[in-house]
Formats: sequence, C-alpha cells, structure tokens
Amino acid sequence: MNEMTSNQAANPVHDRIRQEIKDNNVVLFMKGSPAFPMCGFSAAVVQALNNMGVQYKGIDVLTDPSLRQGIKEFSDWPTIPQLYIKGEFIGGCDIVREMQASGELAALFNDKGIPNTAKVGSA
Amino acid sequence: MAMQASEIEQMIKEAFPDAIVTIEDLRGDGDHYAARVISKAFVGVPRVRQHQMVYSALKGRMGGQLHALALQTEAPR
Repeated sequence: MNEMTSNQAANPVHDRIRQEIKDNNVVLFMKGSPAFPMCGFSAAVVQALNNMGVQYKGIDVLTDPSLRQGIKEFSDWPTIPQLYIKGEFIGGCDIVREMQASGELAALFNDKGIPNTAKVGSA
Repeated sequence: MAMQASEIEQMIKEAFPDAIVTIEDLRGDGDHYAARVISKAFVGVPRVRQHQMVYSALKGRMGGQLHALALQTEAPR
C-alpha cells in the first residue's frame, strides 16, 4: 500500500480531482463548459476533442476557485485547460493541438481503447 | 503588470544556457506571447515535462503576470 505524501492525503480538492480522473476516461478541466467555453484555449481543446468524436467530461473550474487553484498544484501546470486521459495528465492547449496535428493524440486514444472517429492508419 | 519579451527570454536563458529562444508577441499587450525553445536539456524528455521545465524557469509568473505563453519546445536536431 503506497502511502500518500502528507500534503496529498489531506487535500479534499486533490481527492476530488483524483476521483474525477479515475471515474472518467477523458476529463477536461476548462473555463466554461463544452457547450459554452469561456476562453479561447479551452474552446480549442473542446473543438479538438469534438472533431475526434471522443466522449469526455468537461469540468468548469470557474465555478470553484479552490478547484481552479488546486488543479494547477495537482498537475504542477500553471494554466487552464488541462486534459487528462485515463488518469494521466496529457497537457494544455498547445500540447493537445500539437498532438492532434501529429496524429499522436489519435494513437493515444486508440492505445487506451477510447473510441474516437480519428482516421489513423489502423486496420 | 505584464512582461517584456526580453525579460521572458532572459529568464529562460538563465535556466537553459544553451537554449535558442525566439519570442513572439502575439497581441502587443505584454500578456500573450509565443515562445520557441530549443535546448539539449529536452533530449528524451516528454513534451509535458519540457513545458513544465520552461514554466519553472519563469518562476511562477506563468498564469499570473503572464497570462498566455504558447510554447514550442524541442531538442536540437
């Protein structure tokens, strides 16, 4: 049983984040909602995911200041949006767009068994 | 309080002495920049980690004083 580091164990926000990324294959911590993104960078990632036909959970950090700060500490990443796939932090807007353009994102979804409509040279 | 392109470049170069750094001011408001950083320090390092390394070179300014920094990081080819 690996013990949680002290600051991790006593942090309800981190616990909630850990739960969300465990319960959902693809989670996007963003500003606004997938239907109404409130920031250009969040909207860009929403578009990328929508274009790939991926099911994902959008979590609006603007509704909860402690989540907005907590997610940055949790991932050691200073900005929003933040994309998680199967519990793993993938990156923000730049990285998601780069990975989508290079086909890396589609390959990652396929590796992790996440249904998507991206055309990758699969059999 | 925004940041100057030269300030961003200098902070990145302090952390990556060998780096080739190019900064582009996206909106002229001192808040939205794009930066390309090429350094040997990125060899074999996942892209997310590379970006985290650049963010830590900016000593906490990222996301606060500096609202947006579109990052492109590479190891020398």
